[in-house]
Amino acid sequence: MTVHKEELGSGEHEAADDYVPSPRRLDRERHKRARARRATAIGALSTLLTAVVLYLVVVNAPGWPRTKETFFDWGYAREAFPKVLEGLWLNVRLLLICGVAVLVLGMLIAVARTLRGPVFFPLRFLAAAYTDFFRGLPLIINLMIVVLGVPALRLQGVTVDPVLLGGTALTLTYSAYVAEVFRAGIESVHPSQRAAARSLGLNNRQALRYVVLPQAVRRQVPPLLNDLVSLQKDTGLVSIGGAVDAVRAADIIVGRSLNYTPYIVAGLVFVALTIPMTRFTDWVTARMDRRQAHGGAV
Amino acid sequence: MSQTPVLRMESVRKTFGGSVVLRDVDLEVAPHTVTALIGASGSGKSTLLRCANLLEEIDDGAIWLDDEEITDPRADQDAVRRRIGVVFQAYNLFPHMTVSENITLAPRRVHGVARAEAEARARELLERLGLGGKADAYPDRLSGGQQQRVAIVRALAVRPRLLLLDEITAALDPELVGEVLTVVRDLKDEGMTMVLATHEMGFAREVADQVCFLEGGVVLERGTAEQVFGDPQQERTRRFLRRIVEAGRL
Repeated sequence: MTVHKEELGSGEHEAADDYVPSPRRLDRERHKRARARRATAIGALSTLLTAVVLYLVVVNAPGWPRTKETFFDWGYAREAFPKVLEGLWLNVRLLLICGVAVLVLGMLIAVARTLRGPVFFPLRFLAAAYTDFFRGLPLIINLMIVVLGVPALRLQGVTVDPVLLGGTALTLTYSAYVAEVFRAGIESVHPSQRAAARSLGLNNRQALRYVVLPQAVRRQVPPLLNDLVSLQKDTGLVSIGGAVDAVRAADIIVGRSLNYTPYIVAGLVFVALTIPMTRFTDWVTARMDRRQAHGGAV
Repeated sequence: MSQTPVLRMESVRKTFGGSVVLRDVDLEVAPHTVTALIGASGSGKSTLLRCANLLEEIDDGAIWLDDEEITDPRADQDAVRRRIGVVFQAYNLFPHMTVSENITLAPRRVHGVARAEAEARARELLERLGLGGKADAYPDRLSGGQQQRVAIVRALAVRPRLLLLDEITAALDPELVGEVLTVVRDLKDEGMTMVLATHEMGFAREVADQVCFLEGGVVLERGTAEQVFGDPQQERTRRFLRRIVEAGRL
């Protein structure tokens, strides 16, 4: 049930409203606040307890002193951090460019797979073959073929830049994943929506563009984000071609010092990059939901 | 009526954002009676039902089910809902389950009824509502009237103390409305306590022991069907009923 503010605001009842919360309500709210406080206290206590137990387990492990030395060395961490950050800039650029390319290509492939009519058979077939192949092909092998194999061909006018080639390989694999996410989204939109759009006179393409895709994309935001985060991490794999990204920057220091702390630093930096992205998407999705739906108490 | 009411509301207030949807609503529903809530769309009928089932949290006031205050924050909401059946306007059947699975879900998972027993009861209820043979069909395969009857069976399968019906015929074709209303009529004869929000004035007049006219979240007028439909006291009730008559709905 929706009641619009204007309707009530203009009604004669609004003026007669001299509402004062009853003692019953105040009592109920006191109880709820007390319950919330109790819940917070229990949460804090159990968090603390878990942290202490974890800490003790790790610190009392037989190999801890040695592990601490090789993986958690403050000196090496400080040395690695600026280098890793510098390298991370490459990962971020790769993520942005590949991300956009993946979304566009993935969408095109997904739409190609959902086209109806016999004329489109070759397109459907190609799209299906593409997703089957690149989803099945391990990314690392794809990267090696593209980054190492393409330069070996010595083709005129084709780049040998490991960053460009690595980005291409990432895009190939990830657009196959993302295409399947989009396709699942398109197929999850109830046929009645397409029927409604078509009966308004929209053609197949318009129905897809204005009615089906907007709903499909919204529904698929969480799995899409999943793939984008995954892509962000996998940008680290372009280092196999020699490009100096965050992982390679850490690698260089590790190779020289035989101390693994830089890897930990690089790992944490990647995690730190992911968290704001996840929260941002959660926020966007929650806001979209609030505007569309009326949830209720359950 | 001296019996303890099945449902009692006192000074219930509900707001959404800044707008007041229910204001100082009092209601008493005696056992084995039917209460019809009438009024325009947006008058608060559905919200009232949703509050009674704790699907919405009320801002103020209190609601009792069989003398137990269910709006007490200490009350077990699931236990309360176990005793109330709800039928929604849009049926809200689970599309991934067969009719039989829809109906036996709560008896089996919530009430711990054995599968065979739950299915036997489902079949018996389906039979009674003229849906024998549909047990293994999926909801999307049924007509609107059939789906709504399945939804009623689903609500009845747990033998609720109280049945809330939220405009259950509003989404149905006119020729299908009759079959659903017949079911409600039969339930009344069996003594089921019901509260229904409805636009079917003729039906409300026929079946209701108590009629409440809501406007702007307030119960403006209440009484027997005879009183409210035959001799409305409030000008606004009269105006509402006149519009209904003009629309040929009474």
